[in-house]
Amino acid sequence: MTTLRLAAAVRGPGRTGPRGRPVPLLAGAVVALVVLAAALAPLIAPHDPNAVDPLAVSLPPGAAHWLGTDDTGRDIASRLLYGARPSLLAPLAVTLAAGTIGTALAVSAAWLGGWWDRLVTAALDLVFGFPGLVLAVVGAALFGAGLPVAVATLTIAYLPYVARVVRGSALRERHLPYVAALRMLGLGGARACLRHLLPNLAPLVLVQTATAFGYTLLDTAAFSFIGLGAQPPTAEWGLMVAQGAPGLLAGRPEQALAAGGAIVLFTVACGLLGTALSQRLAGDRT
Amino acid sequence: MKPLLEVEQLVKHYGAHTAVDGVDLRLMPGQALAVVGESGSGKTTTARLVTGLETSDAGRITLGGAPPPGPRARRAERLAHARRVQLVFQDPYTSLDPRQKIGDAVAEVLALHGPLRGAALEARRDELLTRVGLDARQAGSRPRALSGGQRQRAAIARALAVEPDLLVLDEAVAALDVSVQAQIVDLLARIREQRPIAYLFITHDLGIVPFLCEDVVVMRGGRIVESGRSRDVLTAPRDPYTRALVDSVPRPGWKPARQPARQPARQPERKAVTP
Repeated sequence: MTTLRLAAAVRGPGRTGPRGRPVPLLAGAVVALVVLAAALAPLIAPHDPNAVDPLAVSLPPGAAHWLGTDDTGRDIASRLLYGARPSLLAPLAVTLAAGTIGTALAVSAAWLGGWWDRLVTAALDLVFGFPGLVLAVVGAALFGAGLPVAVATLTIAYLPYVARVVRGSALRERHLPYVAALRMLGLGGARACLRHLLPNLAPLVLVQTATAFGYTLLDTAAFSFIGLGAQPPTAEWGLMVAQGAPGLLAGRPEQALAAGGAIVLFTVACGLLGTALSQRLAGDRT
Repeated sequence: MKPLLEVEQLVKHYGAHTAVDGVDLRLMPGQALAVVGESGSGKTTTARLVTGLETSDAGRITLGGAPPPGPRARRAERLAHARRVQLVFQDPYTSLDPRQKIGDAVAEVLALHGPLRGAALEARRDELLTRVGLDARQAGSRPRALSGGQRQRAAIARALAVEPDLLVLDEAVAALDVSVQAQIVDLLARIREQRPIAYLFITHDLGIVPFLCEDVVVMRGGRIVESGRSRDVLTAPRDPYTRALVDSVPRPGWKPARQPARQPARQPERKAVTP
């Protein structure tokens, strides 16, 4: 009994036991629910998200329209569900691309060192000095506004967030005796990197990209909000906030609040999941 | 018989600090040579130079008739060097890939260096694990599931998978409990009885030396101050520093000297730094 009490005291109040991880569990449930809603949008959305109904303009929430309609008569709930698709896919593309390219740059720089490491580090520092928004404006000016350009510019902007952290860890990992032992055993650099260094860095990359995912979602939504991301009539959360903004002053805040709430909820859930993953990672290496 | 390892006038600087300063070594096939000295005496740097993990600033290393390959050596050169020399590190907690099962670690080396595949490879892997005192069922264990001694045994099994001519043991028992140290030293002695293999045993603990090595060199400040047969050097040391080291080995009735018997460590020579 005393042992049990001691174990409970060491574990802390209901955060690390089998049933005592409410925060990561809740965050995971939110992420899973949103992803599921995006995947099943055509099945569960009550209306066509782009169907304009002049006879049902700016309706309040009701049985036919759960969250009401916008100023062109489109169903807000359906647009919210369909809007989850580009709102999640664009940041997913950004994090996958930034994670892959950033990790490749970081590991190659840490492994090869020399002029390549100096070049990669300087380039990352340069990109780090540019706000993502400035890059997006430059990208839009050169290639036109739209989600693909927003994804490309955000990928570049997020490269340093992944690469700088991964490079630091790769450098530390590279100087551990097991890497020297692998070289002594005759393993080539590519094999040692791909089969040993990368698997040991993978949890860190996962944590970095999971945490960055929420922020990239926030940024793509911001790009759409200022007109540089998704273009009308696409249903996308950032664009919905922009289109619903006048309603905030006109007493019809449903669209802006629903889309804004979805962005906040998902971003916070991603951040909490990232934190939980990094705590798990810290425990895994001991 | 040709020497397995010949080291002549080896020098290594780290900035203004001279870690190794004109070291000469000669090791015959199957010979066990201990390199002893206090921390900073240059013994680990010598081991890293011999294994090719570091490159020397001056001097010559010949191992099995060839110098250690550079960092950009070709595959065939790397593999040939690996079969000449293997290194067992001091810290068994970081010398194995933490995410690789120890059986896979041994199997990977076997597959890299030989024609064995499938069941034959698994049998050889299990044989190596058993030979170092591990249970073949532990092949599926990751390093964190093993004790320090078991990890060091796994690291030795991995090194033996290459069947090297020379095994460099860099303070290989220093991080282990005394009882586990004795087991590993015993294991290393038994391995030498089973097949001809040379040891370069780097240690600061003179007490272990006679159990494993016939010969010893004593290093201080990057230089060799004394060398000879282990029993001669340990029973009748000529150099005052060696005498101080021998006197510091705990034995029944031993008490630490009120005044340290050994001389202060020689300050490394510093090169003039021009502004």
